[in-house]
Amino acid sequence: MYRYDELDQRLVDERVEQFRDQVARRLAGEITEDEFKPLRLMNGLYLQLHAYMLRIGIPYGMLTSTQLRTLAEISRKYDRGYGHFTTRQCLQLNWPKLEETPDILAQLAKVQMHAIQTSGNSFRNVTADQYAGAAADEIEDSRIWAEIIRQWSTLHPEFSFLPRKFKIAVTGSPHDRAAVRFHDIGIVLHKAPDGEIGFEILIGGGLGRTPMIGQTLRKFLPKKHLLSYLEAMLRIYNLMGRRDNKYKARIKILVFELGIDELQKLIEDEWNEIKDGPLALPQAEIDRITEQFAAPPFQAPAPASPGTQVRKLDNPAFDDWVRVNVAEHKQPGYAIVNLSLKGLGRVPGDLTAAEMDSVADLSDQFSFGELRVTHEQNLVFAHVLEADLLPLWQSLSSLELTTPNLNMISDIICCPGLDYCSLANARSIPVAGRISTRFQDLKRQHDIGELRLKISGCINACGHHHAGHIGILGVDRSGEEYYQITLGGDAGENASIGKVIGPAFSSDDVIDAVETIVATYLEIREPGETFLASYRRIGEKPFKERLYPEPNHAAA
Amino acid sequence: MPLLKGGKPVNDPWVHVADEVAIPATGAVIVGLKRWRRERESLLKRGHPVGVRLKSNHTAGDVADDLDHLGVIALAFPVFTDGRAYSNARRLRERHGYQGEVRAIGNVLADQYLFMQRCGFDAFEVREGDGEKGWDKATGMISVFYQPAADDQQSVASLRHRD
Repeated sequence: MYRYDELDQRLVDERVEQFRDQVARRLAGEITEDEFKPLRLMNGLYLQLHAYMLRIGIPYGMLTSTQLRTLAEISRKYDRGYGHFTTRQCLQLNWPKLEETPDILAQLAKVQMHAIQTSGNSFRNVTADQYAGAAADEIEDSRIWAEIIRQWSTLHPEFSFLPRKFKIAVTGSPHDRAAVRFHDIGIVLHKAPDGEIGFEILIGGGLGRTPMIGQTLRKFLPKKHLLSYLEAMLRIYNLMGRRDNKYKARIKILVFELGIDELQKLIEDEWNEIKDGPLALPQAEIDRITEQFAAPPFQAPAPASPGTQVRKLDNPAFDDWVRVNVAEHKQPGYAIVNLSLKGLGRVPGDLTAAEMDSVADLSDQFSFGELRVTHEQNLVFAHVLEADLLPLWQSLSSLELTTPNLNMISDIICCPGLDYCSLANARSIPVAGRISTRFQDLKRQHDIGELRLKISGCINACGHHHAGHIGILGVDRSGEEYYQITLGGDAGENASIGKVIGPAFSSDDVIDAVETIVATYLEIREPGETFLASYRRIGEKPFKERLYPEPNHAAA
Repeated sequence: MPLLKGGKPVNDPWVHVADEVAIPATGAVIVGLKRWRRERESLLKRGHPVGVRLKSNHTAGDVADDLDHLGVIALAFPVFTDGRAYSNARRLRERHGYQGEVRAIGNVLADQYLFMQRCGFDAFEVREGDGEKGWDKATGMISVFYQPAADDQQSVASLRHRD
């Protein structure tokens, strides 16, 4: 876990006072709302449908128990006693008062947190694999590089007014859990044949109105050049990205319009000018940050692995949970535990202050006092002794955070939608709730298997619907909420963009449509085949036929 | 329009000459890029200093070969959200080694002085009423810099690993 040094802390403290001054000027009427807007947006403060919304950055989703307790306290004191975890691994407070936001930020700064650049046309919160430092399949800990990028990108003087927002994600595992191919820049750690570890750099992925999959810009970049290469990429984007139309301003459009080869040439030319300059990473700094992500003091595994023993207990609910929500750890005797925030009746990603406190206590007891937020809006305890799985499960069960539905149909990514957001065309939270209710039989969910369903309340795609095996997009049809369905999207290493299956469904019909899609899959699947694999094998035809029967077929 | 240099209002020895206006017989002038290209020889023969205004869609490369002749390069912010001039300023300073004045013109807001200064701007045409006090506040509130840039601030990494 990265700890601020005196310099990191001073910057965050100074930023709080700077923002306090900006808010005071606004409250005193010295600046207009128009002038204040860019200032508040550089600090994650939005004006939404009903109130201000403050987005708190959680770099690469890492939290200590102390930080989570502070978030609980803040949400109790300044908000309505809950927070919402987002797909950028951030936390949103939906009801803060403008005049109190400087105090919220001051309290965050005390636990080494901030809201710098969680909105605006600049770098957004850098995200990473939620299993970093624990995953069995990891080449190297992605958090080291995400932290190095966090620092470089914080209050960057040249890139604070980019054509549009800019998102970077890092994965240290070949199995991509961070959706790096749907980021402006995706970074994948690789080991070269000679053993050197470096980066594959992907560019131009994104969701929104024009979903695109990131392309490889450079197959292998040595570590010390990371920042100079990023700086070259950002400079070309800053100078050449479109500014005439906000919907064409993301870097993916520049990649599309120039072509990857031309863009690569421009970036490499720029990079050659600066790569041996002061951005070359000193090994001492890489080492300093690497040390802070050193593994916690693991215990030596017990002679007989208790993990296999506990699985044999006569407790099917526990067994299901271990099978579905627990992942393999690189350290023998340890496991990675996912806390589902998608249980029946929950709003995806929401956590109450009381739950935050309890989760913080459990992380102290079972996972070295740290936890992670996933871009799928769940939480992770990364380092749990297998022998502790049963008592942890019991404690989490009493909090109703053990629904064994990870990556299942009810583990839905969902944007806030029209319940909160001024951009939304339709509500998304109630749709997620109705799908969870319809599929609440866990046996049935487990029979269906991995099926990632994602819901966005508008075309901006905050709910990642394009990347859902089943994607649902809220649209407005003459003032009524309708839902368009896409099939076949995927955010992983074999990323794909979902394809619209046909005309949108009314709010009443959309749940039945999902049911029909699932039933069709169950009919066509081959043994062991996931929904996505079936769809990729057969295509949209059977789904389309069942969803939109021809009139003469229907009559037959 | 007040001109700030070194954080203080100063008399501006330069005159902006619009494209359609005749060049005055004497005095330092700042002209648009097109005019500079078209009237380069006569502007140099005047024997008075000359500078060039670049729009935000121009690049530092557009004047790279002329830098020895130019006393000012004025980079425009047509709106404060158009951040291209930051990159152009850095290229002028860092790639092309330009030592003359790099001036911010257009929608120049106090809350952005610090970013501009870090990117190599050293003169600022500011709004009426914006002055020294605003400058001190805007540039004095942050003292930690993660990135090396075109100014002489020590970056955090270099402070951490001083020999």
